[in-house]
Parts: sequence; C-alpha cells; structure tokens
Amino acid sequence: MSHEPVLAFEDIVKKFGTFRALDKVSATLKAGEILGLVGPNGSGKTTLINVISGLYNPDAGKILFQGLDITRWPMHKRARVGINRTFQIPKPFKSLSITENVALAYHYGSKPAMNPRQALDFVGLSHAASQLALQLNSTQQKLLDLARALAAGPKILLIDELAAGLNHQELKVIADHVQLLAQQGIALIVVEHHLGFVNQLTNRVIVMNAGKEIFQGSLDQAAQDPVVSAVYLGTGS
Amino acid sequence: MFNPQWDTNTPNRLRRRLVNGVIPVLLLAGFSVSPLVYANQAILFQMMAFMALAQGVNLLYGFTGYLPFGYVGFFGIGAYGMAISIQLLHFPGILAVIIGGLLSSVIAMAFLPLLRLSGAYFAISSLAAAEVLSHIVSNSAFIHITNGPYGEQLTQSYHPLTSYVVMVIVLVLTTVVVIFIRNRPFGRALMAIREDPVSAAMAGISVVRARSVVWLLSALIAGLTGALFGWHMSVFYPSTVFDLNISILAIVFTLFGGYGTVTGPVLGSIVLYGLYNAIGISDPQYFQLIYGLLIIALVLFLPGGIISLIQRRGNYVP
Ligand SMILES: Nc1ncnc2c1ncn2[C@@H]1O[C@H](COP(=O)(O)OP(=O)(O)OP(=O)(O)O)[C@@H](O)[C@H]1O
Ligand SMILES: [Mg+2]
Repeated sequence: MSHEPVLAFEDIVKKFGTFRALDKVSATLKAGEILGLVGPNGSGKTTLINVISGLYNPDAGKILFQGLDITRWPMHKRARVGINRTFQIPKPFKSLSITENVALAYHYGSKPAMNPRQALDFVGLSHAASQLALQLNSTQQKLLDLARALAAGPKILLIDELAAGLNHQELKVIADHVQLLAQQGIALIVVEHHLGFVNQLTNRVIVMNAGKEIFQGSLDQAAQDPVVSAVYLGTGS
Repeated sequence: MFNPQWDTNTPNRLRRRLVNGVIPVLLLAGFSVSPLVYANQAILFQMMAFMALAQGVNLLYGFTGYLPFGYVGFFGIGAYGMAISIQLLHFPGILAVIIGGLLSSVIAMAFLPLLRLSGAYFAISSLAAAEVLSHIVSNSAFIHITNGPYGEQLTQSYHPLTSYVVMVIVLVLTTVVVIFIRNRPFGRALMAIREDPVSAAMAGISVVRARSVVWLLSALIAGLTGALFGWHMSVFYPSTVFDLNISILAIVFTLFGGYGTVTGPVLGSIVLYGLYNAIGISDPQYFQLIYGLLIIALVLFLPGGIISLIQRRGNYVP
C-alpha cells in the first residue's frame, strides 16, 4: 500500500450566508485507512461529506485526490474517479428496482468495482433484488445507498451515519463489513454519533464542533481531552 | 410503475425486444395503409404529428420530469425554419424540413439554461419562451424574412403525398429512438435523474449532459414535426404553428396514455385525437365537456395513464 495520501483536504471553509458551517477543516487519508468523524448535532459533519463528494462547493480551501486538485469538480466526475458516499437520509431511486439502483452505479461509476450482485450480497439485500426501492425500510435504504456506492468502485468512501437505529448485533456485523472494505484498500470516512461503533472501527478520529475541528488524533486521547469532553462527550450523545 | 428488473433473463429479454419491435412496424403499416381506406388524409397526418409530439413530451416529462408547456415553440420554429428555407433559400421541401428541425435544436441550445429551473418554474418559463419566439416571428420588423403576421404561403411547393410519407418516416424514427432510449442504461439513467438528481450524479451520471441531450432531441422532434406540418398545410400563420393548444394536447395525450412508456403516447394520441375528430368538430361543446371530465378522472384515478391499468397486474408494457 502506498503512503501517498489518497485524499487530502486543506482549510475547507463552507458558509451558508454568514454562518460558517465549516471553518478551516483539514485532514489527509491513506488507502485502507478509516477516519471517524464525530461531533454534536450541527457541528458540520454532513457538510464536510457534502463538500468532499462535490454536492457543495467550498468557499475556501482545497481538495486533493491522489495529489490531483478536484476542488471544483462536479459530483459525477468525482464518482467516476472513485469518490462515493452514502446519505444520512437515504436517497435511493425509489421507483427503480434494487438491482437497477445498483446497476446504474456499476454502469456509470469507476472500475474496478463490485458488480451489482456482489454489492447486494455484501450488504445483505440480494433477497430483495427485484423489489422496488420504495418497498424497503429506512435501514435497508441506507444499506442500498452503501451497495450503490460500492458498485461505483470507490477508492474513497464517505459513510454518513450508518449505525443509527441498529442493535448491538447488527452494529457488530456492519463494523466487520466496513473493516473488510478498508482491508481491500478503500479509504473511509465514517460519520457517527455512536462512539462505541467508531471504537470498533478505528482509533483515528476528528472531533468537530460548530464547524471547527477541535481535535484530531486517537479516540483514547480524545476521551481525555478537556475541550472535547466539554463540548462533545459532555453533551452525552 | 416502471418495469423493474435489470433483466438478465434471456427468453424474457427476447420477448420484450419483439414486443418493442412490433410498435414501429404497426405504426408504419397502419399509417401507410390507412389512407387507402380512410379518405381524410389531413386527419391521419395530424394524428401522426400529435403522436410524434407526444413522444417528444414523453421524452422530456416521462424520462426527465420537465413539463414543457412551451413545447409548441419548437414546433413553430420548425415550421418557420422550413418555410424560410423554401421561400428565401429555395431549398427543396425535404431539405427544408431537415433545416427546420435543426433550427429548433439550435434554438433549444440557447434555452438550455431553462433546465436549471424545476417544477412549475420550468413549465412557466418554457411557456414564456414560446411566447417570445412567437412574437419575434410575427413581428413586422422581420417581415422580409417571416412575412410577419401575414403568415407563409408555400403553394408552389405543396406536396401532400411526399410530406405525408416523410411524416410517417419521422414518426417511426421518433418511436424507434424512444424505444431505444427506454431500453438502454441511458433511459434508466434519465429515470434515476428524475427520481433524485443528487443520487444520480453520485452514481456517476452526468446529469446536465443527460438532460441537455434529451432537451435537444425533443426539440428536434418538435421541429421536424412542425416543419412537416407547415409543409403539409402549405399555408399557415404564426398563430397556427405557435398555438398553445398544440402543447396542451401533446401533454394531455401523453399523460392520458401513460408517460414513461412507448405505447402510452401512441394510445393516448389515437384515442383522444380520434375522439376529437369524432365529436370535437361537430359538437365542440360536448367534446370540451368530455375532455374536461376525462382529464379530471385521469388525475384522480389513473395518474399513470391508461397504460397503468395493464401494468398494475404486473404485465410488461413496452
Ligand atoms: N444547505 C444548508 N443551508 C443552510 N444551512 C445549512 C445547510 N446544510 C447545513 N446547514 C447548517 O450547517 C450546520 C452543520 O450542519 P451539518 O448537517 O453538517 O451537521 P452535522 O454535524 O451533520 O449534524 P447531525 O449530527 O445532526 O447530522 C447546521 O447548523 C446546519 O443547520
Ligand atoms: Mg449529519
């Protein structure tokens, strides 16, 4: 595995009006690495995912993919080089079948990639392959988002709150699966409220608060950091 | 609503190809033979024209979700592009028709920014755009080119039979294109965009490009149809070829038959245009009444059009 970062973002600023949803956020990520992104509600986690995936243009800062400046690239172009994501509120193509949802990403996305059957097997949705996406419950729709992202051949995968609403058993299964993806060389950023889940995945986290990166390092250290305890762990989510 | 399954089952796929292939053949045979048994060629011609327009609306609305109230703008530009090519450039009819179609696509390029709007904003702006085009054409400042409000007389190149035959060809080609798009990943991609443009982009689909391709293609269809209509009539005015009712009828035919399918617009045009000619001309007031009731019933009970009656039972409809 190369030591060149596959993703680097520097001093990302994103404003909504005068409000700074992201205020100079930076990090780098290597292939096969998992970065936990934690922080209280409204701290800017989803906004950061949106900026990296190209849904929003940042107001300042730079995004590098394998050294290439992609800051202004449109979403589909990022998908085609291997940047993909899931959505906090899942966004499947509701009136298309489960298979079609995934097959489109396989057809238009980056290669190599899991084919639609492999991707659906991986997330455990193959039994529903011919159903329409609107027939799935919201947990299953999140898994469909994940399968679609995988079929697009990601080198960088941004996962926005996959664990919400899962029980202990299911969390373990998902954590193992995410780890499997990292072992295949995919770099992952995992947004999560559930610190126990993050702990099962990785020891490297960024803690955000009000658009600012207040901590970057290991989860253990974060737990001892007074600033983090004050703004995040203190809130008790 | 749409046919599910990214179908890998070979006998199934073959059967679907066959059913799809039958539609253009039936249209070709039907409109080639019917003038021999039914004397009113003008009605047959207009039915074909509306069927082609309905497929154009189908591409735009059924596959990408844009409701083009101003669709008639492309129709009118096609007619005028054709007429000007004949009057000023002395082109032969068929070449003039092609120029009319291409001119519509060129105009559509200028209106590409409209696609940034969505929902009602797009519908209204496309209507406004058509109005603008109509006013430009009928403006007396351009009287030397368009003959302004006095319309076009193409009596010297009146060829009802040739224009009829070319209309059959354009209709069949249009239908083939819609079948092709519907059965390719590109058609699925359009439906994905219609459902959720953000997810579509994240699946690697170039949303802007896909929408633009459909926009230009549907403008070409309307342009060719308008050009053929003008040629077939050989006398028309701005108010004839920029008549808003043309947009409305094409939209209603599409929705009535069932958008997002190939058969829907075909059936919608046959049934409703047939009805229009059966009672619309002799008893316009009853026709309006029946039409109004049909539209209300459609919105309330069959939002997927008459085709959805068949699809509901899980049947495949091309
Ligand atoms: N499109 C937008 N327009 C205006 N404000 C926005 C927009 N998107 C996010 N925000 C604001 O930016 C801030 C950060 O939101 P974001 O969704 O990134 O938080 P988050 O950390 O993902 O929160 P959560 O844990 O609740 O998902 C919030 O105050 C939010 O209201
Ligand atoms: Mg969020």
